[in-house]
Amino acid sequence: MRRREFLTLSAASIGGVLVYSLDREVFRLSARVNKSIRIPLRFLSQAEALIIAAAASRIFPSDEAGPGAREAGVAVYIDRQLAGPWGRDLHRYTQGPFEENVPAEFGYQGQATPQQIYRQGLKGLKGFDRLGPDEQDQKLKQIEASLFFSLLRQNTIEGMFCDPIHGGNIDMLGWQLIGFPGPRMSNFDDVDKHFGEAFRPKPASLRQMTGRKVRPSEDQE
Amino acid sequence: MKTLPSVDVVIVGGGWTGLLMAKELGSRTALSVVVLERGGSRKSDDYGEDMDELDYAIRFRMMQDASRETVTLRHTTSRRALPLRQHASFFPGSGVGGAGEHWNGEFPRILPDCFALLSNTIEKYGAERLPEDHSIQDWGVRYDELEPHYTRAELLLGISGKAGNIRGKQIEGGNIFEGWRSAEYPNPPVKIPYFSALFRDAAKALGYHPYPIPAATISQVYTNPDGIARPGCTYCGFCERFGCMIGAKAQPTNTLLPVIQKRKNVSIRTGATVRRIVHDTTQSGGRARGVSYVDSSGEEVFQPAEVVFLASWTLNNTRLLLLSQIGEPYDPTSGKGALGRNLTHQVYFPAATAFFDKPLNRFMGSGASGVRIADFDGDLFDHSGLPFLRGGILLALSLGFRPIANFGVVPQSVKPKWGSEWKKAALHYYDRTGNIVFHGEHLAYKGNFMDLDPVYKDHFGDPLLRFTLDWRENERRMAEFATTKALEIARQTGAKEVTPFPGLRSYDATRSQSTHIQGGTIMGSSPDRSVVNPYLQHWQVSNLFVLGASAFPQNASANPTPTILALTYRTADAIVNRYLKNPSALA
Repeated sequence: MRRREFLTLSAASIGGVLVYSLDREVFRLSARVNKSIRIPLRFLSQAEALIIAAAASRIFPSDEAGPGAREAGVAVYIDRQLAGPWGRDLHRYTQGPFEENVPAEFGYQGQATPQQIYRQGLKGLKGFDRLGPDEQDQKLKQIEASLFFSLLRQNTIEGMFCDPIHGGNIDMLGWQLIGFPGPRMSNFDDVDKHFGEAFRPKPASLRQMTGRKVRPSEDQE
Repeated sequence: MKTLPSVDVVIVGGGWTGLLMAKELGSRTALSVVVLERGGSRKSDDYGEDMDELDYAIRFRMMQDASRETVTLRHTTSRRALPLRQHASFFPGSGVGGAGEHWNGEFPRILPDCFALLSNTIEKYGAERLPEDHSIQDWGVRYDELEPHYTRAELLLGISGKAGNIRGKQIEGGNIFEGWRSAEYPNPPVKIPYFSALFRDAAKALGYHPYPIPAATISQVYTNPDGIARPGCTYCGFCERFGCMIGAKAQPTNTLLPVIQKRKNVSIRTGATVRRIVHDTTQSGGRARGVSYVDSSGEEVFQPAEVVFLASWTLNNTRLLLLSQIGEPYDPTSGKGALGRNLTHQVYFPAATAFFDKPLNRFMGSGASGVRIADFDGDLFDHSGLPFLRGGILLALSLGFRPIANFGVVPQSVKPKWGSEWKKAALHYYDRTGNIVFHGEHLAYKGNFMDLDPVYKDHFGDPLLRFTLDWRENERRMAEFATTKALEIARQTGAKEVTPFPGLRSYDATRSQSTHIQGGTIMGSSPDRSVVNPYLQHWQVSNLFVLGASAFPQNASANPTPTILALTYRTADAIVNRYLKNPSALA
């Protein structure tokens, strides 16, 4: 068995303290506590998680337009997806023969699983998290056309806007950025009103809405 | 192989058509009916926790497991086919209710002239206007014959809409171009959200005829003729790829299952994967003896039956006949054989993407909340001077914008695809973006068909179904025309910037383009050119019926479910009223 790996996040880097609770949910306690927390990793090593966190936050940066991948816990989301059925291609047709270099309209035809694509991609990003932002952007531009990068970009968006049960979108930060209220049982009174003006109900997660714990697919095995 | 006691009727597939047939036969006769569904069981209250975009809409929790079985695709017979390794272009359902659980619920009828497409086109434009390699044909059933069954289906599901043509009288506000209707819809139209209202007003200003989409996401509490009550829609925006948590969206599990469960003569076996139809067939004809399936424990089972219904969706209907060697497989070179021919996929694309100044509140809506225009549908506009035949509808659907699927779409003026500049634009435009979508007809061609793949296998080791499919000039020209019209409407809405659809090139299996795949076991009036007769009865094997859109000879612009249900009702009537008295060919 490999050594248990953790992603250590400092409060300063994420704009608050994340608490990893016993029932495997991450949530924010306070924005002003000066300490760090350790989140157990399921697939990535700590070094890899730091690289993914750094790269995701260049794709979806924390800037004057608001918080980004770092605050939303995108690296935690990606680690869990890679460890779960998606990362291992449990629901993709993986019988051969495999033909690579086929026209894009046939979709991804390769044999490598997302786990393998990430592992391979990460090899090319050694030391990435220690580079300055401009150098990081340069590095990402070099791999922009790769399958690894397109997965990373897609997974970053997923980690920003998924339900918090999946480890990303902590505090529903992503939803707050775009005014998405999450699973909302009824818009009956509002759907044909508010024309031309923003209607932004307070977001609620699936757990808050149902009042019970909902297990995501990556936890069901 | 274990052999079970014989039953009167076995139905392969527990979706809309299989369960409707089970309900009809189970309620109107004393026949013993067994439904075999390869997916799991479902009930309406399973959906309380499903409003999770990632697991359901992105990871396809309700769809068939592509790791077990998929299809292969090649664009022409000269290429080698490749498997579609994950769902993207269309979404086959699995489990009780099938794709009918995770549909959007748009419920339009097919235009009357589509049912005699070949005859009507030749009469109006001459045979020389037909594409060289077309294989379109008449359905063998007329709209007037189907009208009462459309009405029954609308009552069953409680469709909400506004009639535009009641017995020939045009009614403003409805679709004045639709086929005649014997009655108004059972429920008033659903609410129209902002983006769809913008489209409606723009279309009207341009002289078109917008109308609310006929919706199975019903507008108010409704009790259907079977006594099944459902609540009105709350516009939560989780229809497409989800089951409805309150049952406002008609689904087989909330509309048919409650009736079936009360019938002692009907049973549903889940986890039962049918691999073959067992039959005694000679050149002149034959008889199905039942089906063989693998149950959830992996055991092979033979279920004998007097009548067999294939109701396992377009692809599996075709594949099971091919695997069971019933009927002559289509040969594109000689043109002989009918099984597998006329594969079509509705021409479906976002014709114009409009970017607005004001927020649209697009999280609110339902799978069928929205507005359509049919001014460019079918042959409702003259094609004499146009480089294509037929057309389709343009619509602005407010189906509930969810963030993973929709975040990141920005106007063409924004170049980066990641980083601060992209993020800023994507945040701004997230709720200021709307698509005007086109659903168009897809003609059938000699070169578009299905057969068994010689290389790739499913998890049992049976060959996968192979698509040979590509667009022709007719679809490409039609798409260009529709895009021009959509851009005109988008500009009229006051959109700040508009991105046109780039055009149809070769068939792109990575682009989501509706689950409206049709053909393979097509119906018709001649056994040489069709697999089933106009009662969906197999021409050679008279105790075998094939239900669903696999019977459609070519693809209309309308969503297929209303017509599938109407045809199933018509077949059920023919079986109850005629076939049971004299089990033989109905046509």
